[in-house]
Amino acid sequence: MNINNYKKIVKKHTKKSNFLHNYLAAFLSGGLLGALSQIIYLSLKNIFSVSSTNAKSYISLFIIFIASFLTAIGLFDTLIIKLRSGLIIPTTGFAHSITSSAIDAKNEGLIKGIGSNFFHLAGSVILYSIIASFVLVLLRVITFG
Amino acid sequence: MVSLKFESTYINDFYSIVGKNESEGNITKFDLSIDDYYYDEKSFELSQIKLQYEVIKNLLKKNNLIDQDIDLLIGGDLLNQITGTTYSAKKLNISLLGVYSACASFIQSLIIAAIFLKDDNVNKVICSTSSHNLSQERQFRYPVEYGAIRNENSTFTATGSIACLVSNQKGKVKIKSATIGKVIDYVIKDANMIGAIMAPAAAEVIFEHLTNNNIDISFYDVIVTGDLGNVGLSILKDYLNEEFHIKSNNIIDAGSLLYNKILDINDGASGPFALPVFFFYNILRKKKYKKVLLVGTGSLHSSTLVNQGISIPSIAHAISLEVLN
Repeated sequence: MNINNYKKIVKKHTKKSNFLHNYLAAFLSGGLLGALSQIIYLSLKNIFSVSSTNAKSYISLFIIFIASFLTAIGLFDTLIIKLRSGLIIPTTGFAHSITSSAIDAKNEGLIKGIGSNFFHLAGSVILYSIIASFVLVLLRVITFG
Repeated sequence: MVSLKFESTYINDFYSIVGKNESEGNITKFDLSIDDYYYDEKSFELSQIKLQYEVIKNLLKKNNLIDQDIDLLIGGDLLNQITGTTYSAKKLNISLLGVYSACASFIQSLIIAAIFLKDDNVNKVICSTSSHNLSQERQFRYPVEYGAIRNENSTFTATGSIACLVSNQKGKVKIKSATIGKVIDYVIKDANMIGAIMAPAAAEVIFEHLTNNNIDISFYDVIVTGDLGNVGLSILKDYLNEEFHIKSNNIIDAGSLLYNKILDINDGASGPFALPVFFFYNILRKKKYKKVLLVGTGSLHSSTLVNQGISIPSIAHAISLEVLN
């Protein structure tokens, strides 16, 4: 069969993602996570008189810990499947990718397993974040001096 | 493609251990099921090896046989370098042939067993296979706990192992003929589209098998493919119709039917274990069909080549069986 004809058959039967559902799930869960962080931030600042800088660090620590903890007890993957990018894009996704890679590789030992695979998924995020920040800073220096 | 005929080759008995999801699906009266993916082992890989070993050991025990009674063990699985088969054979004192054509490995084993049984020196052969959802996830996809979002068209690797005893002594199922498929590539690069990758290979081998044996598709009471999934099965039916003008009402897919709908597992089951377990524990148990064509389909990809953007080839082998009373 001609490849183009075959592609038509495949297209006809391929199931499509429910984009609206996915967008909504990500928007609501991501938004909820943002709102929760903001509540913690304001509480730390106003009730416990923590400085803004410290309050932001505490929130990051809190979110990273919760995400890693939920990954370790086997709950976060279920949440991600349901809530999708709402939990993958924020820091929760980064923490989860590291914890899940570490758990996955633990049987291969500390060096060839956990050590080598720790940033298995997060490596791309780190590398391209550094490159992106370098390029943006360079642009800022060129434009504004 | 080459087709072969067999005069007196029979499948005498079988034994299987199935995973939790599989035990809650559409197969009944399975021999043993496990609740835990670890199966009392340290890793998923060791669990798969244990599954395959236990299945062979139990099959021997069930038939009052010892290792020395078996002339040949043929097996293949999805674990890296078919270690499910090779490592599980470490404690068995049986000659081993490891085979690989991904999810078509079990059918390939059966065909090779039937060919070997034509030789006077070979009287009893065991064919075995296994697949394990989590060790295969690790190998082909993402870390297990990452829970990567699954494409709607992707299939779910079944967990379990199955072995069957093949010999020249009259048994439950007669192996009548087989057709060995060729590698086919329709330039699909997305490993999630497993059904679309394998459907043409299945269609080509079905057509060649019917032509070489000079029979019509209605000759078979049922043709069972494994593991195209729902999408792949629909594509296969369209392909057969458009390319060969074959109207197929008697084709079902083991992958689509292995799980219960309540489980909501994307597009169905996959893995070399899916087709034989569905045949032995559903089709055979029902005793509804006499003439059965099993078409094992395998996607021959490796994660490395998929990442390099190379299109994924596939293969399918067909084996014609007659269910005896």
